[in-house]
Amino acid sequence: MVNGILDYLWLVPALPLLGVVLNGAIALLVERPFLLKEAGLPLAGGHGAGHGSHDDAHGASSHGSAHGHHETPAYRKLVAFIAPGVVGAAFVVALLCVLSLASRPADGRTFVQILFPWIQAGSLLVPAALQLDPLSSVMALVVTGVGFLIHVYSVGYMSHERAFARYFVFLNLFMFAMLILVLANNYLLMFVGWEGVGLCSYLLIGFWYEKQSASDAGKKAFVANRIGDFGVLLAMFLVFWTFGSLTYTEVFAKVPLLRESGVLTTGLATVITLLLFLGATGKSAQIPLYVWLPDAMEGPTPVSALIHAATMVTAGVYMVARSSALFLLAPDTMMVVAVIGAVTAIFSATIGICQTDIKRVLAYSTVSQLGYMFLACGVGAFTAAIFHLMTHAFFKALLFLGSGSVIHALSGEQDMQKMGGLKKYVPVTFATMFVATLAIAGIPGLSGFFSKDEILWQAFSSSHGSPFLWGIAALAAGITAFYMFRLVFLTFFGKSRMDPEVEKHAHESPWTMTVPLMILAVLSVAGGWIGIPAVLGGSNLFEHWLAPVFHPVAAAGAAHGAEAAVHHPAALEIGLMALSVAIALCGIGLAYFLYRVRTGKPAEIAKQWPTLYDVVYHKYYIDEFYEWAVIRRIVTISIGLWEMFDALFIDGIVNGAADLVRAAGDRVRRLQGGVVGGYAFSLLAGAVLLVGYILYRSVVQ
Amino acid sequence: MIAPSAYLLLSAILFGIGVVGVVARKNILIILMSVELMLNGVNVAFVAAGSYLGDAAGGVFAFMVMTVAAAEAAVGLALLIALYRLKETVDITELKVLKW
Repeated sequence: MVNGILDYLWLVPALPLLGVVLNGAIALLVERPFLLKEAGLPLAGGHGAGHGSHDDAHGASSHGSAHGHHETPAYRKLVAFIAPGVVGAAFVVALLCVLSLASRPADGRTFVQILFPWIQAGSLLVPAALQLDPLSSVMALVVTGVGFLIHVYSVGYMSHERAFARYFVFLNLFMFAMLILVLANNYLLMFVGWEGVGLCSYLLIGFWYEKQSASDAGKKAFVANRIGDFGVLLAMFLVFWTFGSLTYTEVFAKVPLLRESGVLTTGLATVITLLLFLGATGKSAQIPLYVWLPDAMEGPTPVSALIHAATMVTAGVYMVARSSALFLLAPDTMMVVAVIGAVTAIFSATIGICQTDIKRVLAYSTVSQLGYMFLACGVGAFTAAIFHLMTHAFFKALLFLGSGSVIHALSGEQDMQKMGGLKKYVPVTFATMFVATLAIAGIPGLSGFFSKDEILWQAFSSSHGSPFLWGIAALAAGITAFYMFRLVFLTFFGKSRMDPEVEKHAHESPWTMTVPLMILAVLSVAGGWIGIPAVLGGSNLFEHWLAPVFHPVAAAGAAHGAEAAVHHPAALEIGLMALSVAIALCGIGLAYFLYRVRTGKPAEIAKQWPTLYDVVYHKYYIDEFYEWAVIRRIVTISIGLWEMFDALFIDGIVNGAADLVRAAGDRVRRLQGGVVGGYAFSLLAGAVLLVGYILYRSVVQ
Repeated sequence: MIAPSAYLLLSAILFGIGVVGVVARKNILIILMSVELMLNGVNVAFVAAGSYLGDAAGGVFAFMVMTVAAAEAAVGLALLIALYRLKETVDITELKVLKW
């Protein structure tokens, strides 16, 4: 069978890998010696020592002009071409592949490309294979598309950065790992990508590793993710134990059979899915493992946009949606997912109200929006979750990139209390960010409205949903609208609170940064139009596209299917839609009142309820609670183990063995007295004993 | 004809005197001489056994032992002289550097 362009699917992850190799070579062979020379440090070995003092003056002078127009080394131009180039090429290949897939009939839209057999051990057969189906195609397009824009943006944003090539190596490596994650056709290969993106996240959060807080944040992200990863590992063991395979198609095909034969009990499905969800809470920053994401803002802003908003943190949602066949078998897990999603959505939204760091507001907003996606998964609306994932990728990437543009304009200032009135300095950034804010607030017609309302409606109407979940989510939507407009008002409107020195340099960003902003703004508006629900006269193309992935699942759970078929009147759907829009408008209105009309009011409110303000401002003291409840305990136990077990027991064995040998040696060494007569006597005694023995043997025989 | 056991007894006595000399005496020269005595004790046993069994191998072995003994004596005495020049003593109890 001729697959046409689909046979080149392997190029999608391979192209970013090529970027890693090329940029990696540049970073190691060109940039590293260059930077070391500039810093006056010797190269590995003793050769540089003599050059050190000579290059010092050179290094100092280029540092002085670092902010101005220092000449661009040629290798930076090459990197700036390669890194976005490979990702853009991957996007084109992915787009062609998806178009080719779309031309097939709906039930034949699963293409598997086996690259090579990877692990063969007993009955465990894991191929390195890629799978393109409607779900992974959405993910691949979002990852490569948004990824490409952010790569382009990075070229501008990181233009003052010394370690330019190192940054793009990590970014390309991230793209490779993320594409492996979404395109893998089995859990194990997905896990490779899962770990790969975790590694890149760590490397990029700690990109400015000379800053203590940045390297700490990297570690925190890594450790928090590791807790989740152990859940995924255990879940994989259970999946293999139950199904005898890790390949998606095989596992999901066996579900009905094993369900009938009683092997796959509800309890087993609950355990597997809960463990998978533990991994999702780590990767996608949900309660209780969300604490790393706000700290991850220590990384460069495009990294926050790409990894910690648009792509990597949605991996958990993708995995849950991918495993929807298993999740639907475990109603308890579904409830847990829905409740955790809803609670996370409102909890982190309230934290976002009081934050003053522009990126941290967006970070809590991301946690909150991811909560929405899990809420959708939890009520069985996987299509809505993926739809929101996609629109969120557009508008949240735009918000982050916009905030990056603001930070860039203000020479690194991130505190919103020192902004204000920026509208006239950065008009493009303002306009695009305003669009994204409208989208995330759920203003009708924009992408966020369609996806968020789909989730709200499903939370209300689905067989797993309830009015209670709808209420929490709608309230969170109102809070979202409030803090997002607070951010916009504080940043772009009102009087300037900028440092005069900073204000003098405030400037709009170069085209490499504004063009991605504009494209993302268009997507933030129009991205939702492919999923307009039927009740508003749309055809909901998005749902039809994903139906082959999620629909057989719904058919398998026939009992649920009958329940879900209960028809809700269209008026109810429209009414709830209007209600949620009204709630969002209330949030916007409140933000306008507090931050435009009565600007002194927020401080008054804070003074009125000092305890409440303090608790929210300090993020409910969750970090401090974890510090006290978990970290302190682990440290205590570790010290106990170190002193009791390691120092006493393990070291005791090792030292005891050494002591024994020494004591024995102390005795034995006395035999070698140096007196030749003694040796001669030993010889004699030995000879006598030997001869005596031989004689004895011969006599006995 | 003298009984073979008498030869063996003589051999054992010579060997025993040699052993006592090697173990008990302190003068290296005496020890070397005692070693010669032990070798010759063994030679007596070889020759006696060869003669008793009518086998020439016994005598052959005795000659071979004598050859080796001559070589050993030459090397041993040379070492002894070198040692005496270095340490000005031939007392074996004084020479105990080679120990722990």
